Amino acid sequence: MKKKNRKKINRSASKRAGKKVEEKLVFSRPQSLRDVDMHYCAGCGHSIVHRLVCEVIDEFKIRDRVIGIAPVGCAVIAYDYWDFDVSEAAHGRTPAVATAIKRVRPDNIVFTYQGDGDLAAIGTAEIIHAANRGENITVIFVNNGVYGMTGGQMAPTTLAGQKTSTSIAGRSLRNDGYPLKMLEMLAVLPGVRYLERVSVHSAQEIFRAKRAISKALGVVKSY
Amino acid sequence: MSKKLLMCGNEACGEGAVLAGCKFYAGYPITPQNELIAYMGKRMGEINGIFIQAESELAAINMVFGAAAAGERAMTSSSSPGVSLKQEGISYIAGAELPCVIVNMQRGGPGLGNIAPAQSDYFQSVKGGGHGDYKVIVFAPSSAQELLDYTFMAFDVADKYRNPVLILGDGLLGQMMEPVTIIKENYKPHLVEKPWALTGCKGRKPNIVRSFFLGEGALEEHNKRLQEKYRTITNAEVRAQTFNLKDSEIVIVAYGSVARTAKAAMESARAKGIKVGLIRPISLWPFPSKIIKDASFGRCKKFLVIEMSSGQMVEDVMLAVNGKSEVDFYGRMGGGIPTEEEVLARIEALV
Repeated sequence: MKKKNRKKINRSASKRAGKKVEEKLVFSRPQSLRDVDMHYCAGCGHSIVHRLVCEVIDEFKIRDRVIGIAPVGCAVIAYDYWDFDVSEAAHGRTPAVATAIKRVRPDNIVFTYQGDGDLAAIGTAEIIHAANRGENITVIFVNNGVYGMTGGQMAPTTLAGQKTSTSIAGRSLRNDGYPLKMLEMLAVLPGVRYLERVSVHSAQEIFRAKRAISKALGVVKSY
Repeated sequence: MSKKLLMCGNEACGEGAVLAGCKFYAGYPITPQNELIAYMGKRMGEINGIFIQAESELAAINMVFGAAAAGERAMTSSSSPGVSLKQEGISYIAGAELPCVIVNMQRGGPGLGNIAPAQSDYFQSVKGGGHGDYKVIVFAPSSAQELLDYTFMAFDVADKYRNPVLILGDGLLGQMMEPVTIIKENYKPHLVEKPWALTGCKGRKPNIVRSFFLGEGALEEHNKRLQEKYRTITNAEVRAQTFNLKDSEIVIVAYGSVARTAKAAMESARAKGIKVGLIRPISLWPFPSKIIKDASFGRCKKFLVIEMSSGQMVEDVMLAVNGKSEVDFYGRMGGGIPTEEEVLARIEALV
């Protein structure tokens, strides 16, 4: 823990005893994350990923030069939670918006935050072409395998046999095709610098996810 | 410094954007506006601007969204089918109140249509081709010189109201070559501060660019504010050219390239002793309703609307006239161009 986070606090009990107890602040809300309740469902990974993104932004001290692009989907109001400049984008067009912002403002750090409907269905063309142009942006792709905001319909990433409101008998490979492997598709493009697939389902995986976000934002920051 | 150049309308339009300080262009090839995307590719390289050949019209308009959100003067261009694809993006841009310029060099429709000139995107342009209650300011130039001048002006107007401006041309105007005079001193863009733009929140509160308002009543409030802005624009930005309104019993209403044919027909008719005038709307939204209404209170007994469509602007003329005078229509569709003789014959039939 860094020294600046140490705080000397006189508590009433220790005060009575005439002693000073030194406390360490070991966990707090990142500065880049607003102090508000989130609308996400219990168990949803968005709040964790929001926080990880904000922690990394704080650690890199880039809050005043980062520009985020929120998607259409559950994270559409990410700007209610993030305390830095944010733009919305039409569904799937997030990388196109990010492309232009980064080209206009190369000194800013630009990232998109997209779900699987946004990135892997309606916005497949935009992510492939932004990646292929080698745009100097970071993409945080949050894949939960369904359309969450609209009530749990099948997504391009829905697993074979997975039941959703539009695949009530489970995803049929014959009717719906295979889950789209976005990372594998992007990995073959020379314009892509770094790709990693992580999860936020356990403490260990959350740390891994944070390392990946840190690396992803670090790659664009270093250019 | 003055120079006279021979340019096609598409190139003149691009030069107008460059003179206005446009530093960002994203587009996708489509006939008959290909000279414009090529010109922007060349000129952006020369002035250290940004040129992106986008993967689609959808990406192009959303790149313009991003560039405008970042505070840059940005433009995209296309022709009818491509502009249809851009409509979602235009609705978002209008909703998020971002300034930008969109060019539509119209071609025949519906569907893939053809690549001949048309004016059948009037409704899409002035009534709002995308979803929601929004308005796009629409200018309809009628020559290469005007394409340059109005594209130049469009950027100032867009910034002034934080609203998209559409330059509505057609394949004829875009591809026809005409002399264009550029007097450098006359083109001084009015660049404004954009405190709302996304620049990183250094030393200020974070900026958010959005058209999404979930809170109870928030979207209604946003819409009321937009409508208030549209009323201001309606009062301030009407532009039209009028000819011989004082003594005319027949008044032609035509815009863009067709207005030039109409003007020639008007002159031929007057040479034959028929008192014909012309109203040429330059701003299609806001529409010069008052000028038309005033004409209907004068000597004008009959209006003749000429369009390269099945009759779209004629509806706005009828609304303006409101039954005071007779409104006749003559149009050609699918790339057909009304000739001077055809218009003259129509005038003579009205006498």
